[in-house]
This record gives sequence, C-alpha cells and structure tokens, in this order.
Amino acid sequence: MGHTETIDPNKPLEYQTEKSRLNILGFWIFLGAEVALFATLFATYFVLTGRLADGPGPGELFEIKGVLIETFILLTSSFTCGIAIHEMRRGSKKGLMIWFGLTLLLGLGFLYFEIEEFIHYVHEGATIQTSAYWSSFFTLLGTHGAHVSLGIGWMIMILIQVARHGLNTTTTRKAFIISLYWHFLDVVWIFIFTGVYLMGMVM
Amino acid sequence: MKLDEFFVTGDPLIYGADVSIILSMIGVVFVLTKYKKWGWLWKEWLTTVDHKKLGIMYILSAVLMLFRGGVDALLMRAQLTMPETEFLDSTHYNEIFTTHGTIMIIFMAMPFLIGLMNVVVPLQIGARDVAYPFLNAVSFWTFFMGAMLFNISFVIGGSPGAGWTSYVPLAGNELSPGPGQNYYLLGLQVAGIGTLLTGINFLVTILKMRAPGMTLMRMPMFTWSSAITCIIIIFAFPVLTVALALMTLDRIFGTHFFTMVDGGMPMLWANLFWLWGHPEVYIVILPAFGIFSEVISTFSRKNLFGYKAMVYSMVIIAALSFVVWVHHFFTMGADASVNSFFSVTTMAISIPTGVKVFNWLFTMYKGRIKINTAMLWSLAFIPNFVIGGVTGVMLAMAAADYQYHNTYFLVAHFHYVLISGTVFACFSGLYYWYPKLFNHKLNETLGKWSFWLFMIGFNVCFFPMYFLGFAGMPRRVHTYAEGSGWFELNAVASVGGVMMGIGFVILVYNIYYSIRYEPRLTTGDPWDARNLEWATPSPVPYYNFAKIPEVRGLDEFWRMKKEGKKDLDLKKDKLEPIHMPDYSGVPVIMSTFLFISGFGLVFEWIWMGVAGAIGVVITMIMRSFDPDEGYHVEVEEIKEIEEHVRREEA
Amino acid sequence: MAGNNHNKFPWNHVLGFIFSIVLTLLAVWAALYSSLSITAIVWTIVTLALLQAAVQLFMFMHIGEGEGKAQKGTIYFSAFIAVVIVAGSIWVMNAMMHSMM
Repeated sequence: MGHTETIDPNKPLEYQTEKSRLNILGFWIFLGAEVALFATLFATYFVLTGRLADGPGPGELFEIKGVLIETFILLTSSFTCGIAIHEMRRGSKKGLMIWFGLTLLLGLGFLYFEIEEFIHYVHEGATIQTSAYWSSFFTLLGTHGAHVSLGIGWMIMILIQVARHGLNTTTTRKAFIISLYWHFLDVVWIFIFTGVYLMGMVM
Repeated sequence: MKLDEFFVTGDPLIYGADVSIILSMIGVVFVLTKYKKWGWLWKEWLTTVDHKKLGIMYILSAVLMLFRGGVDALLMRAQLTMPETEFLDSTHYNEIFTTHGTIMIIFMAMPFLIGLMNVVVPLQIGARDVAYPFLNAVSFWTFFMGAMLFNISFVIGGSPGAGWTSYVPLAGNELSPGPGQNYYLLGLQVAGIGTLLTGINFLVTILKMRAPGMTLMRMPMFTWSSAITCIIIIFAFPVLTVALALMTLDRIFGTHFFTMVDGGMPMLWANLFWLWGHPEVYIVILPAFGIFSEVISTFSRKNLFGYKAMVYSMVIIAALSFVVWVHHFFTMGADASVNSFFSVTTMAISIPTGVKVFNWLFTMYKGRIKINTAMLWSLAFIPNFVIGGVTGVMLAMAAADYQYHNTYFLVAHFHYVLISGTVFACFSGLYYWYPKLFNHKLNETLGKWSFWLFMIGFNVCFFPMYFLGFAGMPRRVHTYAEGSGWFELNAVASVGGVMMGIGFVILVYNIYYSIRYEPRLTTGDPWDARNLEWATPSPVPYYNFAKIPEVRGLDEFWRMKKEGKKDLDLKKDKLEPIHMPDYSGVPVIMSTFLFISGFGLVFEWIWMGVAGAIGVVITMIMRSFDPDEGYHVEVEEIKEIEEHVRREEA
Repeated sequence: MAGNNHNKFPWNHVLGFIFSIVLTLLAVWAALYSSLSITAIVWTIVTLALLQAAVQLFMFMHIGEGEGKAQKGTIYFSAFIAVVIVAGSIWVMNAMMHSMM
C-alpha cells in the first residue's frame, strides 16, 4: 500500500488506488456469495412449488402485464445506471448525478409496482402465511425487494458524497461499486422473471 | 413476560452459574477500575483493527468457549457414567448436548482457526495487514456478539434443546416453544455475518497482498489452506444464512417452510442445513491440515513433501465438499440413485485426504525430527485422524449407514476427526506460533503433561464409543437401562473425559505459568523455522515488516538464513513511510446494535429488533461518510522501533 | 478498458439494453404464445435468462476490468454452486417425496 499512488492514464479513476482495486475485487467476491444466497432461496422456492395447502395457485394470480412493467422498469434502470458510470468515466459529475437520479426514480417505481402486486395477492387470499408455496414466493421476492430498497438508500448516500466532494478516487470507486450491486439485482430479477413468473404461468 | 420466565430458575446448577457470572463480571469491572485500565481497553483492544490483536482476541474467546463446551461435555459424561442416573433430567440433557455441539463447532473451532489465520496469514505472505482491516474488526465483533447472544441463553430465557442440527419439527414452535431455539437461530445468524466477511477479507488478502515474488505456488501451505477455506466459507455460509432466516420466519412470523401443515416440508431443513453443514466440516479441517503441514515440515527440518499434490488435493476436497451433503441423512428415505451418488462422492473424498496423509509421512521420512509439544500434537494427529477417517468411509456406505446412523458409532467417528483434526491442530498451532506473539515459549514440561493426558484421555473417552455404537446405544439419550450392558464402556469413557478436562486445565495454567516464568526470547525465530512470519522480530511491530521482503521460492526465510542474508539492515536499507489504517470504534458499536436487535427477536419483541437494526444502519452510514484516510508511520519512528526490538538480537 | 475513449457514444450500453429487451420479449413469447412442449419451454427460457445475465455481466458490469480473471472465476464458480444448490435440492427432495408416496 504505497502512499504515493501514481496516476495511470489508461485506467479509469475508480481503479487508480490500491485500496479501490481491492474493494472492487472484494465486492465481486461478495456478489459470488449473494449468488449462493439467492440460489438457496430459488432452491427452496422450486422445492415448495405446488405445495398450496388450501390457498390459490400462482397460475390464478400472476398477470403478465404487471410483471412486464416491473421487468422493463428494472431493465431500464440497469441501463441508466450503466450510462451513469459511462458519464462518470467521461469526468462528468453532472452526468453521473442525473443518470443515477433517473436510476433512483426507476428503482422507486419498481418498488411501487411490486408492492401494489403484493397487496393485490394478499387481497386475493395469498399471504406469506397461506401456504409453503406463498411463504417461499414472498420470501424470495421480498429478499430481492429488500435488496433494491437497500440499494436505493445506499445510492442516495453515494449521491450526497459525490455532490459534496466531486469525482475523486474514493467517490468514483463508491459509485462504481453501487453500480455493480444495481446491475446484479437486475440479474437476480431476470431469474425471478423466468423461474417464478414465466414458469408459474406455464405450469 | 414475568421475571421468573425471563431468568431461568429452579436448577441449582444454573444458580451456581448465575453467581459465578455475576462475581466474575464484578471482578473484571473492579480490576479495570482499580488499575485505571478502561481507556487502555478501549484504545488498544476494543477499537483495534490490527490483525494480530484481533487474532489474540479470537483465540482468547475460543479458549473461553472451549471451557464452556468442555463443561457441557463433562456434565454429559457425569450423567451417562452410570445407568439410570438422575443428575440431569431429559430436557436439561437435551439443552446441554445442543449447546455443547453448537459452541464447539461455531464458537470454538472456527474462531480458534480464524484467530490463527489472523495472526499468521498476513505475516506469512509478507503483508502489513489484511485487505480490509476495518471489516476484520467487524468480523471479530459480530462473532463475539453472536457467541455472547448464544451463551446467555442458559441464564436468560432458556437454552435451545433441539440438537446442534436443530431438525424440525422438533425445533419448530409446537415442540420447542419459547426463546431457546430463537437464541440458536439469531446467535448463529449474527456470528455468520462475521464469518462470511472473514472469508472475503482473507481471500482478497491472499490473492492481492502477497510480497513481490510470492507466486501462488510459492505460498506457505497454511496460507493455501486458508485461501481454500475462505472460498468454502464464501459459498457455504449464505446457505446457512438463508436456512436460519427461513426457520426464524417460521417461528416468529408464521410462515410454512418447515412446518407440518399447509404444505411445509420438514425434510427441506435437513437438506439446507447440510448443504452448509458439510462444507462447514471442511472449513474447520482444512486450516488444521495447513497447521500440521507447517509444524511437521519445520520440526522435520525438511521442506514439505509433495507440495503440489498437497495443493491440488485441497482444491479437490473443497470442490467435493459441496456435493456430499446427503450422506448426513441417508436414512431419511431418498431413493437408491440419490444415496448411491452421494455414497460415491463421499468415499471419493478419502482419496485426496489419503494423499495428504502420505505426504506428511514422507515429509518426516529421513528428516531430523525434533520432538516438542507442538510437534507431538501434530504427530498424534496422524494415527488418530486415520481412525476417524476410516470409520468415516464405513459410514459413507449408505446401506451400512442404516445400521450406524444415530448411534454412538457416529458420535465416536466425528469426535475422532474433529478432535484429532481440529482441536489437535489448534493446540499445535498455539504452541507453535505463541512465541511470535508474546516473545516467550509455552513451557515444555507442562505442555507435554497436558498433551499426554489429553491425547490418552481422548482415546479412552471416544474409542469405547465405537463399541457402544455397535452395541446399539443411540446418541442423544439422557440415560439407559441397567440391563442394557452399556455401563462398563460408558464408565471407561467418562474416565477419559476427566483426563481430557485435566489436560485442558494444565494447558490454560501453562499460559499463566509461561507468562510469569518462561525466559524471554532473544530471537524472532525460536524454532529455526522456514516461512516469512519468523523473519519478523518478536513481538511483531504493529506494521509487521519495516521493509517488504522479496520472495524467490518456497520456504523463503529458510533460503535467506542459508545465504546468511538479513531480512533488514537498518544502516543500508532505505526505508519508506508506512501507511496504516486508523483504529475505529464503529465495529464494536455496530455489533452491539446487532446484539440488541438479535436479543429483541429472540423474545419476539419486534420493536427492539427494529430499534437495533436502525442502530446498525446508522453506524453503517456513519462509516460511509468517514473519510478513513489512515496515517503514515515516519521513517524515524520505524527506525526507533526496529532498533528497540532488534537490540537483544544483535 | 482504455480510459480515453469514453467520450464516444455508449454503444455497448445501448446494444446491451436492446438485447435485454429483445431477450425478455422472446422469453415471454416462448412461454405464453408458442406451441412448444413444457420441457422445451423451460429449456428455452432458462437459456434466454442465462444469455441475459451474460449481457449484464459483460456489457454493463465490466467484469473483465481490474482483476478480470479472479472476478470471472468467482462468478463461474458461483454459477456452479448455484446449479448444485438448486438442481441438487430439487433432485434430492423429489426423491424423498417420491419414496414417501
């Protein structure tokens, strides 16, 4: 950990210090652990699929329209988040903040639709206590939703720091890491969309 | 909730524990106040991010937990020595074997090994600290708070009693009402966070912070074993996190994952638990293998035989460890194809393990072997572990397992692998690396007494259990009938248990004795050892290396000594200022909030759980806004420190 | 990952975005409007999901940058673990249920 970091013009700002490089690698490894976490939730969901007790089944309640809205919102937010990092690498603090702001709004929109959807299911008699199937459904999606909420709070913290200190080795690293987290949540959603909704409607 | 429900009442043993806990707390507070040590405690220990100090605290906690788990074990032996004893009733017995198992695995074996990893790994790879010193402190404090949360259960609210595996429906709300089982769930959850962070931290440390020239294939074997262990931790612990969370939801929020009604599936718990549980076994055995490799190589005065084969067999063991979990529940009723598959993968693990055993033997072959306490523990490991391993292969055969399952044969098997593997390694590593930390050895005479008592006691205690298993004695029974024919072997086992207890007491006394009377060392390399941790002076300066060494091959320090090269020449070598991280009070405060949150959930006081969680979030935000720039140690100061610690060596 | 060509138009991101929308619509079509058998549908939509995950990883998350090798290794190994956890649990638990019937 030399204290005189030399600037390498071929690398983006967030890779300039040893500490940043360590943190980014560490975060990738953390994402590996998150994969194992979500895989366990998916395994639970698939094993408990069809165990409905007296409650309704997914085929009766899922509607493709709402799910597609949520999916497109999240996909778009992943895109805007990517553009934010692109802007950051152009050295544009304003660009980063605008596109991160858009990402935040889309994230909130996603949460709104997801909560609407949950409320709808509860009205139809499918709560987390109804049956093993719905327990695993709400836990899997709730964990993803909690991650999104956490991501929103975290992104706000980063935005405050960028606004205060501008783009430096620390703030760019933090912005880059939250972008990795955000894209990762999109990856998880793709599998929820496929494994939970599409399969639920097919079976 | 009434006060007599909040505190556990009615058992003289518990009142005794209450009194001793209160007395020792008063004692600690009194000593700290009398000698004005509160500030010292906060500044030097509670806020530290130094990997060596965290390692010491890990090991201290682990020894404390070994005492607690050991007392549990002796209580069980006391109950089982004679048939139809009424010393402990069945509920109390259930609680004791549950806490014994959980504490020994989660709060003793893992922190002991992680403590040694903390002390040794950065030194072995020539680094000044771990990749994320702050996170390292978070790891320790979450482990510590998790352990405390679990441990207070026996005086506040009641202990869990469904076994360390906590199978449902026994661990469910109907059969285990009250806070006991919640303690298990939340204590492990809180400690698990710390373990996962340790895994990430040390993997990145080993991948990225090695001294120049130290390629992967030049890493010391203990570092290799730590790296592989970290990979297993990273991918296994999230499974435990989810499994515990699902059972917590079942118990507190009325979901139906593992319940008997509304579609729940109790068997799924066993599946998830062992998906984590089997890799966990390798988390506590691979670092042990690393320790034995270091100790055997040093005291055979030879390099490790078959270095590459050692590395590859560990990689294979790690990969296989994720595909054998079903062998823990062969008898649950899967079909023949499932059981055969997991039978074969299980037996396959014995091949790389066998390779390692032969490599240790060949390391010693034609070596000039030096016998001391550290080496004795390593030598004793080989035959004892082989007994455990071979009986493991017997258990791996699914058809035969239907006979052994849930008998004392199994109990004997896993104690043979865990004690002669993990516990012997912890002791061996403690004797071996202790001088690095405290600049004196542990006394050899006392060490040998404790070794022989513990090792012989271990065999006297657990070897008869194989035969108790053959005689049909099931595990987890609190007593047995007069005419069962199990009395003699049980009595023998109890004698062994007492011998192990005495061996442990001597070990602890040895630490006290050695601090007072053992001569201080004049060298940083008391064993004439081979790896870089011994290139530093003892005790190690807080920045570890004044100058980062260059590595040209395996056993770099040995090479340096043969070439007569010094690791540091204060007159010639050009030193540079060293960047060090700041100490921080955030980890201990954050973990205290986690404790509060967990404690609230144990009693299903949701408001308290939420309040603690908010505290955690606030401390995290505080940390996010902390610039955390660290400070530089100037060259003058380094020179002063180095001259001071090396004065006696000159 | 050269730092100086970031003034260009972010083609990578736009393409990735288009890919992910197309792949999503394809999956919806395959699942709800095609006449494939259920097994074929499952395989198709799982493959499409994996492709989409790859789009995120490679086009949005810059997985090859920095410690590219270690990062890819982590993700590949975690994919292996995910398969073990999901497929293994389904296989084992179905075998249990089957022999209980």
